[in-house]
Amino acid sequence: MFEKTFIKSCFGSVGATLVSLISLAILGVMVSKIAQWMFLGAVFSGSSSEACREATGACWVFVKENLVFFMYGMLEKKEYWRAQLFVSCAIAAVSLLFFNRTKTLGLWLNFLGMPLLAIAIIYNIFSPETGVDRDAFGGLFLTLFVAYFGILWAFPIGTLLALGRKSGPVVVRLFCIFWIEVWRGVPLITVLFMSSVLVPYFLPEGVELSKLTRAMFGIVCFSGAYMAEVIRGGLQGVAGGQREVSSALGLNWLQSMRYVVLPQAIKIVSPAILNNFISLFKDTTLVAIIGMFDFLGAVQAATKNSAWLGYAKEGYVFAALVFWIFCYGLSKLSSRLNPISES
Amino acid sequence: MDIEFKHVGKSFGAFKALSDINLSVSKGEKIVICGPSGSGKSTLIRLVNQLEDFDEGEIIVFGTPLSQKTKSKFRGEVGMVFQQFNLFPHLTVLENITLAPIQVKKWSREAAEQKARELLALVHIEDQAQKYPGFLSGGQQQRVAIARALAMEPKIMLFDEPTSALDPEMISEVLDVMSDLAKSGMTMLCVTHEMGFAKMFADSVVFMEKGQIIERNTPAEFFSQPKTERAKEFLSKLKH
Repeated sequence: MFEKTFIKSCFGSVGATLVSLISLAILGVMVSKIAQWMFLGAVFSGSSSEACREATGACWVFVKENLVFFMYGMLEKKEYWRAQLFVSCAIAAVSLLFFNRTKTLGLWLNFLGMPLLAIAIIYNIFSPETGVDRDAFGGLFLTLFVAYFGILWAFPIGTLLALGRKSGPVVVRLFCIFWIEVWRGVPLITVLFMSSVLVPYFLPEGVELSKLTRAMFGIVCFSGAYMAEVIRGGLQGVAGGQREVSSALGLNWLQSMRYVVLPQAIKIVSPAILNNFISLFKDTTLVAIIGMFDFLGAVQAATKNSAWLGYAKEGYVFAALVFWIFCYGLSKLSSRLNPISES
Repeated sequence: MDIEFKHVGKSFGAFKALSDINLSVSKGEKIVICGPSGSGKSTLIRLVNQLEDFDEGEIIVFGTPLSQKTKSKFRGEVGMVFQQFNLFPHLTVLENITLAPIQVKKWSREAAEQKARELLALVHIEDQAQKYPGFLSGGQQQRVAIARALAMEPKIMLFDEPTSALDPEMISEVLDVMSDLAKSGMTMLCVTHEMGFAKMFADSVVFMEKGQIIERNTPAEFFSQPKTERAKEFLSKLKH
C-alpha cells in the first residue's frame, strides 16, 4: 500500500519524475562521495600519521590512536578506573529508574549515592594524599559526568522553583522568579566564566573549589532555571478540577502535587523536557571555555597536536557521530521514562 | 444535626453569590437543591467542604464551626462528586479510588484495594478496575467518581450536578447508584435537575434564586403546588 502511493507520488507525472530523477542523481553523487571519504578511500590501520600519507579518504587512525585521550582527557592511566567505575555505576543507577519495582531505590542511588560516589572517587576527598588531579578528568567522561548531574538535578531544582513560583508565599515566589530570571537571562558561557573567575573571589580565604565543582554548580543552576519554566508550563496545563477534587478527597497540598498534579504536568511537557536535556548535553561542551577538556575539547586539542596536523575533519565527524548517538539514545530512553509516574 | 448554615453570605468581588442562607440538614437527610443557573447552588454546597470560603455568618458541620483552621479537619468526611467527574487521568480506576485512602487514611494497599473492589461492585463496574478513565464512558466515569468519594467513608455526600454532563441514556445508571446510596441512609446534598430522583428520594427540595433560598418544601408539595411564583415558573420550564 505504502509502496504504491510512494511510487505514484514520485513518478506519477512528467514533472514529478523529473524532480525525482534529479534528486536521485544529486543523492547518488553525495552518497558516493561520502562513502569514498568515509570508507573506500579511508585508512583504518596503522599507528601514526605516516599510515595516512597515501590516503584519498579519511584517516581513522587519528581517531583510533587518540581514542583514549578522547575518553579520559589528561587523566593518568592508573586513574582510569575512577572514571570507569563512576560511569558504570551511573548507568546502573539510571537503569533502575526504568522499572517500577526498583524506581525508589534508583532515585535514592541517583540523588544520594552517586554524588557521594563522585565525592569519594572523582573529588577524592577521603584520601587526598593519593593525589589525583581533579582537573585532569576530561574527554567523554567529563562530558557525561557534567551532563549526568546537570540533567539529574535540573529535575528537582526545576520542580521546586516552578512550584515556588506558582503557589509559594510571596517571599518564596519573588525569590523563585528572581532566581529563574537571573540564571535564564545569562548565557551559559557567561555563567561558566563567572563560576571560574568570580566564585573564587567571593569564597573565604583558604576555601578552594575545583574548576569541575564550579562549572558543575553553574550548569546545575542554569539547567534548573530552564527546567523550572518548562515544568511551570506543565502545571498550567493541568485542569483546575484536579486540584479541587484532590482537596475534596482530603489530600493535602504536597500529596496532591506529588500524586495528582505533577505527574500530569510532567507528562504534558515531556517532549520539552527532553529537548532541554538534549540541548544541555550539547551545551556541556562550553566548559572548554574555562579550560576544561571535555569530549569536544579533547578532540580539538588532538587536532592541534603537531603529530596529527590536518585531521580536524575526522575529529569533528567522529565527535558529531558520538554526540548524535548519545542524543538519539537520550531521546529513545526518555520516551520510556517518567520518574514520577509510569503511565 | 450534620450541617447548619446561619445567615451565610458570600461574594465574588462585587458579585453577591449568596446572601443570608439559613439551612439545616439533619443526619441521614437528603436535600435536593435546584434553581436557575447562577443562583448559587454550587457555591452553597462547595462551602460545606470548604472548597470556597464564606464572608458572613456561620456554618456548623458535625457541631464544629468552619474556619481556616478546620480546612483539614473534615478531610474525606465530606465526599463530593463533580459535574465534570474530575477523575485522575494518569491513574487506573483502581488507583483513582485507592489514592486517598492510602495517602490520607494510611491504609495498607491491600485493604484499600479490597475496599475499592467492593465499591466498584456497588457501582456495577467491577470489571473496569485496571482501565484508565479515558477508556470509560461518561456514565462509568461518574460512577468511578462516586466510588472514589465513598472510599474515604464520608458521612456526608455532596453532588454538584452529577448528571449534567452525561448523555441521556447514561443518566439513569448514575441515578441508580445515587438511589442506592440514598437508601443506605447517607446524608446527601444534591444540586440536580433530575426531578424524578428528587420526588423519589429527597426529604426536601430547596429552591434558590439570586443567591437566596426562596423556598424549602417537601418534594410532593414543591412539584404539585410550589409556594412561590418563581418556582412555579421554573418548574413549568423544566417540564418542557
